[in-house]
Amino acid sequence: MEYELIHRTEYQYSEPVTVSQHAARLEPVCEGRQELSGFSLGIHPAPDAISSRQDYFGNKVTVFGIRELHRKLVVEARSRVVVKPLTPPVPALSPLWTQLAARLRDPVSPEDAGIYEFCMDSPMVQVSPEFARWAGACFGPSTPLLAGVGMLMERLYAEFEFDPVATEVATPLEQVWTKRRGVCQDFAHVAIACLRSLGLPARYVSGYLRTIPPAGQPRMQGADASHAWFSAYCPVNGWVDFDPTNNLMPSDGHIVVAVGRDYSDVSPLCGILTGGGEHSLSVAVDVLPVEGAGR
Amino acid sequence: MKALTLTSTSQPGAKPGSPQAFREAVGFAGLPRAHWRSLWQEMEALGPQERLRRFETAGRIIHEQGVTYNVYGDAQGMERPWELDPLPMLVSAPEWKQIERGLIQRATLINTLLADCYGGQRFIRSGDLPPALLFAQSDFLRAAHGIKPGGGVFLNFYAADIARAPDGQWWVLSDRTQIPTGAGYSLANRLVTARVLPEAFRENQVHRLAGFFRTLQSCLSASAPQPVGEPRVVVLTPGPYNETYFEQAYLARYLGYSLVEGQDLTVQNRRVYLKTLSGLEQVDVIVRRVDDAFCDPLELRNDSILGVPGLTDAIRAGHVTVSNALGSGILQSSAFRPFLPGLCRAILGEPLLMPSVATWWCGQQAARDAVLSNLENLDVRPAFGGNSSLPKTFDDLRRAIQFAPHKWSAQERMQFSLAPCWERDVIVERPVELRVFLLGTPDGYIVMPGGLARTGAGGAGFGFSMQNGGASKDTWVLSEQPVEEVTLLAAADTPVEIRRVGNNLPSRLADNFFWMGRYTERLDASARALRAALLRFSPETGGSELDLLQPLLRILAVQEQLPAESLREDRSVEALEGDFLDAIYNETRAGSLRNIASRVCRLAMLVRDRTSNDLWRALSQLEDSVANEMSSWSAGEAIGLLNRVLMLSSSFKGIVRENMTRAQGWRFLDMGQRIERSLSLCNLLQESLSASHPRSQGLLESILEIADSTITYRSRYNLVPNLMAVYDLVLLDDTNPRSMLFQLLQLEKHLDRLPRKGAQGPASPEKRLLLRMLNALRLLDPSELGVPGAVLERSETAGVLSLVYDSMPRLSELLAVTYFEHSHISRTSA
Repeated sequence: MEYELIHRTEYQYSEPVTVSQHAARLEPVCEGRQELSGFSLGIHPAPDAISSRQDYFGNKVTVFGIRELHRKLVVEARSRVVVKPLTPPVPALSPLWTQLAARLRDPVSPEDAGIYEFCMDSPMVQVSPEFARWAGACFGPSTPLLAGVGMLMERLYAEFEFDPVATEVATPLEQVWTKRRGVCQDFAHVAIACLRSLGLPARYVSGYLRTIPPAGQPRMQGADASHAWFSAYCPVNGWVDFDPTNNLMPSDGHIVVAVGRDYSDVSPLCGILTGGGEHSLSVAVDVLPVEGAGR
Repeated sequence: MKALTLTSTSQPGAKPGSPQAFREAVGFAGLPRAHWRSLWQEMEALGPQERLRRFETAGRIIHEQGVTYNVYGDAQGMERPWELDPLPMLVSAPEWKQIERGLIQRATLINTLLADCYGGQRFIRSGDLPPALLFAQSDFLRAAHGIKPGGGVFLNFYAADIARAPDGQWWVLSDRTQIPTGAGYSLANRLVTARVLPEAFRENQVHRLAGFFRTLQSCLSASAPQPVGEPRVVVLTPGPYNETYFEQAYLARYLGYSLVEGQDLTVQNRRVYLKTLSGLEQVDVIVRRVDDAFCDPLELRNDSILGVPGLTDAIRAGHVTVSNALGSGILQSSAFRPFLPGLCRAILGEPLLMPSVATWWCGQQAARDAVLSNLENLDVRPAFGGNSSLPKTFDDLRRAIQFAPHKWSAQERMQFSLAPCWERDVIVERPVELRVFLLGTPDGYIVMPGGLARTGAGGAGFGFSMQNGGASKDTWVLSEQPVEEVTLLAAADTPVEIRRVGNNLPSRLADNFFWMGRYTERLDASARALRAALLRFSPETGGSELDLLQPLLRILAVQEQLPAESLREDRSVEALEGDFLDAIYNETRAGSLRNIASRVCRLAMLVRDRTSNDLWRALSQLEDSVANEMSSWSAGEAIGLLNRVLMLSSSFKGIVRENMTRAQGWRFLDMGQRIERSLSLCNLLQESLSASHPRSQGLLESILEIADSTITYRSRYNLVPNLMAVYDLVLLDDTNPRSMLFQLLQLEKHLDRLPRKGAQGPASPEKRLLLRMLNALRLLDPSELGVPGAVLERSETAGVLSLVYDSMPRLSELLAVTYFEHSHISRTSA
């Protein structure tokens, strides 16, 4: 599936901004089933310094500074990506989760260091026995890893309510946990906390969904905006994605922008401003299948 | 001569039957050890009375120098005086060599590990370092991964806390790799100790500290990313509420660097600049006292208000050097300790010279089992700092360790050596630990020949903290040869570029100087008005004298010293006396003398690195004199205090006038004083004009008294005060430094000398505002006041007074907008 992506972020400030610094993670990854054939980042007003690099997790990050006095900032990322459909792994055939958990208990072999990093606490996700207990219902002593993760996703989908006003970007995980409601970011964090509390590696994925569903399919929750889901590590299949907001395994309808330990590693656009007063934000995401390239 | 005796205290945590603690000063058969003998003889020679006197002198010097540390969450005394025991800790030359070798090796090892963690991570891949040691740490800054500091030095500053076990061996208790604090306090301790025990300091050949700091200066200069003539080095402080703010200011001044806060710096075009009154100045080197993750709200912790947005990217671009490198804190984790011997062999090919206190990291099965079976006898701590607090019961702790073992480590309780401590008239032995400081130079690490010794009050198991009431000591490292004198001043033959004006005052400091000026003047004016009122107030006061008091009471009410109730005619004399005492001593009263004095002191602290010690002393005495008085005094006795306050205030002004360079700091201080003086003069004259008997001799006398112009008046007129003559003297006489005109003319001079953009254009708004006041004042003819029957409240004079009274706060605001530019930082996230 080939897509044309437009992610437009606009900030309006009640008072002029004298200096601002931003970090943007808006360029989709180019790996695995996904191929990036074009990317451009438009910034108004024009930055006086801009630099791009790969961050620690391999995401493309662009840091820019604006010195011009401004009351409005527009950042528009345009990309063109091709996503191949997922060949779904057979969960029943994946190794037992207990094997992986045991492998990542000490001593951890140096080869596993890379995935072990995703078992550790991160700024927005801390493990606790409570998560382990709750998730334990999905992970019996002989449950295959991916089957367990699949059940965890279903349980999350069933017991947590999608509620765009219940939480904000900075809402702590405990609050999502007690309220049992939130948005895609929160569900991803809960799933990650559960898996890590069982000693399993899990990471956070940010990206998009196609806006218009294929004919005859319902429109998914989270289109028209940035979306997020989580990824579990399987020794056989590598990192396998799960979308707890829509209760499915992402295929060619999901486009990956960045991966990290949690939201704080992949925030699409964060900024620090001098001045600015109150600000209002509008985000528009268009994920358009390219004509003639679709199925 | 009476011999000194030692009293020994028992060591906390020492089990019965455990080996005897090592005694630093006492050796075989209770005799002093060889290297302590000379100090001992000196102490004995002083005799008990002199010893007591010197001990008290030490306390006084600490107080005068304002050596303090702050205690978080302590509303009572945010600033606490530094506890110094003037009896130094001695280390002999051969022993110091051993310590040096051990710690240089350790610093070298840690630096290599840091480079690896923030680079190739090959020790993780080789299996020498368990991955959790790095990945489980919230202080492992992913954004700093891949950044290589110039010269490969990640650990520019390093400190180790070491202690001596019963067998005489030194052990490392902890590694300070992020922001090793205490070197400045060592310097301050040295100053006091050498002054209190000059004979002993001369007799023993004590290594000097200045040489270390000189090397530090040249290393920092050399670490600038681009070769520039004289790199700009700044010390980045979290601000005056930080625990060790005193030390930061002290070191910055000693080393000649600007002490800046995050908001003083800005990143533009991937470079760091200091915001000064005359524009941006590029910064080459930052010595940070801000924690790792708080240094950059953009790429690190975005809730930080202490950092500089974009700093990480500026470092990455190679435009600024930050010492220590961002993220260096990870090596402080106790979890690393068990792995250091192996890593030392693997990396340096030699055994670790100085052992660490026995530490178990629970991330490993064997260590975990050992800890779980011996929980009660070990000190269990979160292995990686952070927010995990210690569970309350052993069972909870056991469960917490079992759930996430890698988050915990435990260490042995060590029996510390005992050092003699001087406590007024006795010498007692207390457990001691030593913090030793190292500096990374292009040729390897060097050790500061001294250190911060800390003695326990007897409570804590290990890790003495000043916050828990221990004391500190200077450390004398003894030399076998005579020591050479070093000073921080550049060698005489080094060519120096002559500079006359320093225009680089950070805007925030200009702001602080300005308000220091305003509050010192407010203190002065309030004390004068209070004194004038108290002199006219006596419990027998009544009738005509009360008339005289009324305008003064109104002035004090406007200045917020007195509550509105004081003005009521039925206010009893006793209640009024209480009001007066409140106006002086009640700290919670916004306009009280004590409140103003403590504001002055707080502002003085903010500009300490830019002002002389004398200035500081004058101001802290001022605060002391108000704060330490008995508030139960009668109003009559309070006059004595007001006299003292005015004396100290004059000495402050004298120091400012005679000793402060006419640079921007002085200019803003003086502007603040002039604005405040104009305001209080306006208040005084306005209230007098509207008094019931504005021409009364008594009222005019009090005007002259408060405006400090009595003598001038007498020398000119030789007659009883006359309304017209008095107003001419305090308003329009440009030779009277207390007159309104004098204040405005001084302000005009200052405005003309301030840096401004487009100096050729029309006059600035500040200048236009001032000229409006100045013109009105100059056109004033005081003879209108002499006309019999004139309605004074509606006179032109009254009009000018209210113009000035309304315009001065506006002028103050305009200066703030133009020069102080307070940046409100906000965050966005999408």
